[in-house]
Amino acid sequence: MRPRNRIIFGICLALAVFSFPALAQEDLMDMLESETRKDAAPDFATATFKTTRIINGHSVENVASGVLDLRISHRFGFINGGAYELFGLDQATMRLGLDYGLNKRWMIGVGRSTYQKQFDGFTKFKLLRQAKGGSPITVNAVGTMMYKSLKFEDPTRDNYMTSNVFYSGQLLLGRKFSEGISLQFMPTVIHYNLVPGALDPNDVFAIGAGGRVKLSKRISINAEYYYQLPDYHLSGTENSLAIGFDIETGGHVFQLNFTNSTGMTERSFISETTGKFFEGDIHFGFTISRVFTIVKPKAFKEGRENR
Amino acid sequence: MVVALSGLIGIESFSQGLYMTRNGKVSFFSRTPMENIEAVNNEVSSILNLETGEVVFAILVKSFHFERALMEEHFNENYMESAKLPKSTFQGKITNLSSIDFRKEGNYPATVEGDLTIHGVKKRITSSGTVTVAGEKVSVTSALNLKPGDYDIAIPALVADKIAETIEVKINCQYAPKK
Repeated sequence: MRPRNRIIFGICLALAVFSFPALAQEDLMDMLESETRKDAAPDFATATFKTTRIINGHSVENVASGVLDLRISHRFGFINGGAYELFGLDQATMRLGLDYGLNKRWMIGVGRSTYQKQFDGFTKFKLLRQAKGGSPITVNAVGTMMYKSLKFEDPTRDNYMTSNVFYSGQLLLGRKFSEGISLQFMPTVIHYNLVPGALDPNDVFAIGAGGRVKLSKRISINAEYYYQLPDYHLSGTENSLAIGFDIETGGHVFQLNFTNSTGMTERSFISETTGKFFEGDIHFGFTISRVFTIVKPKAFKEGRENR
Repeated sequence: MVVALSGLIGIESFSQGLYMTRNGKVSFFSRTPMENIEAVNNEVSSILNLETGEVVFAILVKSFHFERALMEEHFNENYMESAKLPKSTFQGKITNLSSIDFRKEGNYPATVEGDLTIHGVKKRITSSGTVTVAGEKVSVTSALNLKPGDYDIAIPALVADKIAETIEVKINCQYAPKK
């Protein structure tokens, strides 16, 4: 055997004898990786926002299937009321809400606000889910119906119940850009059966933008702004702006916020905000969200011992 | 000639004796007086080499499912950071391979030693379990106790009394010959 061949032979022998067993386990892992990649389920973006609301308005998040979300929201008075009003803490409006996840994509909710004694109900459906190698965004459609049960100002004129009914339709287009940053756009239309002023349009159009930046694993800062199109808003109204924090503690999410909007339903905060944020018409407010599992996932229906 | 032969032997030993599963089950249980937390993953994939005793596991963190959706979200977001570290893996070897006869039906006690990687932290572990041979199928069950702290999984003081210091992990895989 010539020296050159001997070297090659030696190398091959060394490879076969020594490195093969050492490599084998890595190879077995590689084999497993390539086997599992073939039938991997789509990797959907999760937790784009901490809860189903950015601040006042909806986020692209849904309540999980079979989960009930009890939401208690407060908005205090304007902080520019000064010390006499204890910076707004003397007044409060609230909304009590119950949301429920019918399945992974579809949730419904009802609420009652003290502001104008308003009832509301909504349905929210996830049309598209952001996924790795799939859709770049998550898209939800939300339809809300609101009924103001406050007594009519002028009982002598012909009043119809339908005059106090409002509708809102929204598309939510959201993307989780990274673990810490999510952004969302919300084209919105709000329909009034009866408008407050003779020149007011029956349909208000607005475009919302919102987002969050995580400050830590459990705290994020959120912002939300709804811009009303110039010729399609009620006279004397302002655009809604809100800035807040989401703080997560085990089973609760606390949302603390500052906003110029008094109401907490779409027609009251998007199209009927009157506070001027930069002149100090700011409500401090908070929302507590507590979830309850009503229907357990299939795998957990039987007792632990049976699994 | 010898080179070609050794190559052939290498390839041959590689394709034989390989058993695989894609729906192995790994569950864990955290028991505290405050709260019990359980999660189940039914989509664990693993390959077992009967000839060398080598065994590998790949576990997708996102595939652990909880009784409560919020727990699942927190598990992924706050504890396991599954977007950044999507997989847990195990690469090891059955250390008492000679005492297991894969051609004969029965239950055999087995010990496995290897590297467990969770949350990006690799640790050498040993675990004992049972290998059951029944016809064409080989199944493996094992239980082990793990400490989140060993894998750099931070548990804030606020929830410290709801998450056990030691988590019971159970493994149950049914392997079939790999095609």
